[in-house]
Amino acid sequence: MNSRISGQDGRLPVLTKKDYQSDEDVRWCPGCGDYAILAQVQKVFAELQLDPDKTVFVSGIGCSSRFPYYMNTYGLHGIHGRAPAIATGLKIARPDLDVWMVTGDGDGLSIGGNHFIHLLRRNVGLKVLLFNNRIYGLTKGQYSPTSEVGKKSPSTPFGSPDEPFNPLAVAIGAGASFVARTVDTDVGHLQGVLKRAAAHQGTALVEILQNCNVFNDLTFEAITGREHRADRQLLLEPGQPLVFGKNRDRGIRFRNDGAPEIVKIGDGADEVPLSALPVHDEADAAARHAFTMAQFDYPELPVAMGVLRAVERPVFETVLRAQEVTARKGAPKPNGDGQRDLEALWNQGDVWDAD
Amino acid sequence: METQVGESQVSQASDAQNQSARTERPFREVESVVIRFCGDSGDGMQLTGTEFTRATALAGNDLSTMPDFPAEIRAPAGTPAGVSGYQLQFSSREIGTPGDQPDVLVAMNPAALKANLADLLAGGSLIVNTGAFTKPNLTKAGYDANPLEDDTVAAYKVYKIDITRLTKLALASSGLDNKTADRCKNFFALGLAFWMFERPVESELDAIRAKFGKKPILAEANITVFKAGYHYGETAEVFAETGSVRVRKAPLPTGRYRNIMGNAATALGLVTAARLAKLDLVYAGYPITPASSILHELAGLRAHGVTTFQAEDEIAAACAAVGASFGGALGVTGSSGPGIALKGETIGLAVSLELPLVIVNVQRGGPSTGLPTKTEQADLMQALYGRNGECPVPVIAACTPADCFYAAIEAARVAIKYMTPVMLLTDGYLANGSEPWQLPRPGEIAPFPAVFRDDPEDYKVYRRDETTLARAWVRPGTPGLAHRIGGIEKDALTGNVSYDPDNHDWMCRIRAAKVERVQNEVPALKVNGPDEGELLLVGWGSTYGAINAAVAQARAEGRRVSSVHLRWLNPLDGKLGELMRRFTRVLVPEMNLGQLVQILRARFLVDAEPLTKVMGQPFKIAELCRAIEKRTTVRN
Ligand code: SF4
Repeated sequence: MNSRISGQDGRLPVLTKKDYQSDEDVRWCPGCGDYAILAQVQKVFAELQLDPDKTVFVSGIGCSSRFPYYMNTYGLHGIHGRAPAIATGLKIARPDLDVWMVTGDGDGLSIGGNHFIHLLRRNVGLKVLLFNNRIYGLTKGQYSPTSEVGKKSPSTPFGSPDEPFNPLAVAIGAGASFVARTVDTDVGHLQGVLKRAAAHQGTALVEILQNCNVFNDLTFEAITGREHRADRQLLLEPGQPLVFGKNRDRGIRFRNDGAPEIVKIGDGADEVPLSALPVHDEADAAARHAFTMAQFDYPELPVAMGVLRAVERPVFETVLRAQEVTARKGAPKPNGDGQRDLEALWNQGDVWDAD
Repeated sequence: METQVGESQVSQASDAQNQSARTERPFREVESVVIRFCGDSGDGMQLTGTEFTRATALAGNDLSTMPDFPAEIRAPAGTPAGVSGYQLQFSSREIGTPGDQPDVLVAMNPAALKANLADLLAGGSLIVNTGAFTKPNLTKAGYDANPLEDDTVAAYKVYKIDITRLTKLALASSGLDNKTADRCKNFFALGLAFWMFERPVESELDAIRAKFGKKPILAEANITVFKAGYHYGETAEVFAETGSVRVRKAPLPTGRYRNIMGNAATALGLVTAARLAKLDLVYAGYPITPASSILHELAGLRAHGVTTFQAEDEIAAACAAVGASFGGALGVTGSSGPGIALKGETIGLAVSLELPLVIVNVQRGGPSTGLPTKTEQADLMQALYGRNGECPVPVIAACTPADCFYAAIEAARVAIKYMTPVMLLTDGYLANGSEPWQLPRPGEIAPFPAVFRDDPEDYKVYRRDETTLARAWVRPGTPGLAHRIGGIEKDALTGNVSYDPDNHDWMCRIRAAKVERVQNEVPALKVNGPDEGELLLVGWGSTYGAINAAVAQARAEGRRVSSVHLRWLNPLDGKLGELMRRFTRVLVPEMNLGQLVQILRARFLVDAEPLTKVMGQPFKIAELCRAIEKRTTVRN
């Protein structure tokens, strides 16, 4: 029940997008993809009528991590890479809160990489928005763990020597229960994925391909550009065959050795009938296809978009609470001044009286 | 038994209160005993020590313990590096240290003898397991010849007992294999000690059964060996003539007691504090010696509103505690020096957010990995200054194992009241050492319920209380009070991001002023002795017991020496300067290379002098006495 502007007349108040906007000046560069994400998050929140007073945004450091300041909810702007740990502590203390975490490819995958994988492993009940722009923005353009090999940046004038990793493959490897990918510029798709994440129990990871127009402009253009995106993205729908292309005439299937291949859909020679294509199974326990699809990359393969994986498994803070309930059974209850069980604690072991 | 009072051979004890069975036997009565059990890390010496301690506590003696073990779980067997020891002083008067020198040494093998013999008081009793003095063991220990057969041990009263063989004989019909049977020999030593110091056998049998409950065969074997050790004392000729040793009950203040180790006291203090504040406790830690047992203690207390979190690393542990505090719980993290180094940035975040947080540092030998199982006080500067920026944090230090309980409560109380991280310093010596703890009476400690703001009217995130300078604590979920905070500098009132130069200057100063206000919580300085004289010792932390004992001895000799022990290291009591100036000299004993002394000199412009020791061992009373003697004259 929303508590912020509960109507005097007993009618449910309706929150609009504006109600989720804070009074802080938004300080991203003009044209930054972050604006679009902020707007869509606010819109989805309004659509779902999420209670701003019961919501907390937690972040680390970086351009994306300024996000909490702009949401008219509770918020904590933390330190570099540590948002998962802060948010975990918050959820341990307050499982009742709706906690959203915002991070970037540098914050979440580099300095905070350790916390990132352990958050997913534990399946803490959080929504994680990972803004991937393949660059360090706030520190002026160094290459990041998702930058392509050879990336020239102020710290890699001869091109970056190291392989990037794929955030979603890492996440699936860490046991993530919900993994999705979307784009800052595709409003409808972004909203759809955000709503799915909002409904997930456990850690919901959403990678948002985001354009940093100052330091890494158009880095995803080859994938996300309006005129060719249908040919270069594989839009995943649960239970639907793996079909892509402007004319929806191409599909993906997996060979016996697990390797993916692009096929033409049809009944002719060298063509594969639609019915023979694999359908997308978000809940596949082994996550084999999800792991492979997470790594699809243009130009070899269309980039997988949407919810790659969504499974139910025990949520960390729920398990903790259940342990507490069990432990409390039969334990002495705190009395009026709340100290009786303490006295029992103090008196544990061998006690004796001096007189 | 260094301070023997009325040592006497009594063949017919007249004290009717003593068990009738004993009245036939000779005993001598002493005031205090320092005993050290030592053997291989695998010999179970820690268990022997703690079991003997338990019985000693129940017997009503005052006591103080000091376990000393290598960092390796099973260090190279048979070598001096792998020796594990447990020292304990018990007394019929109040004592504050585990004793400078053992007057009874129980050595289970040559390596233990080698590593410990030098500490034994001249004329002291040495009980050795001759069965372990084989050629290979002697070589491993670095002995060319058997020290029991030359004059190495000539200065001591030596009891040569083949504990290995006697254990084997006792278990001959038990069906246990040789290796398992041999592992029971520490209970022979325990049994002998029980006889020697007149401890009741029955309670120990129950304790052994409880301890080995899952393995009844082992329990029975240990009981058999324990009894064999006890009976050996009763019947062996060597002991028949000297008899047992009696230490009367100590005149402790009336009340209920329990023997407690420092880390257990810290854990109980935190739980108690959370309850008194009406908050849930979230303790986040990462395994590290010697702090882990705080996490272990608390992990079992789920029924008492405690949630523990073993994080993926030290940083995450600190961050989770901050997250919990933001959520309205009491967030606590604990570690030792290396872990505290990693937590530094997070502590800074908590300073900036102005949220309650308790950070426990169980100090150990440094730098780097240093001496994980040994004690030191070298993290004081780290506690005070080990963060980027102007980042003041109140720092409190516990001074005895049981005092960890009260120091933890105080740390939490101040953290909540002043909305600030508070560093609680203990050390390895306090953490693993133990002493009798007088349980608080119900209601004895005043509650301090945390106050959360829930009034949205004119709420400003960083508006401060006029007395404490603390901002208001708001639980997320409170209607109409949604707000954002972070580590970027904030506007002094609204909390919005601000890079304004004047605002930053103001915020740095107000954060410092807030910590200075904690002085209002600091009780008046308690001087041990007159508040003027020739020499003042200024101490902090675990040196308390040794300093007090040394000062008492020196005063008894007619020296004009006093001491003062600092509980809060930040803020310092402003009156300390005045006090130090009333003494001709000021000496600051510390288990570091002189950290507090630098602060005292800088802050109060007094010519305080350092007395330092970094050997991973606490100060001995005698060391402090020598230092006092050098700096004072005797007046009659
Ligand atoms: S640097 Fe890039 S990511 Fe950061 S605000 Fe500017 S455009 Fe956005």
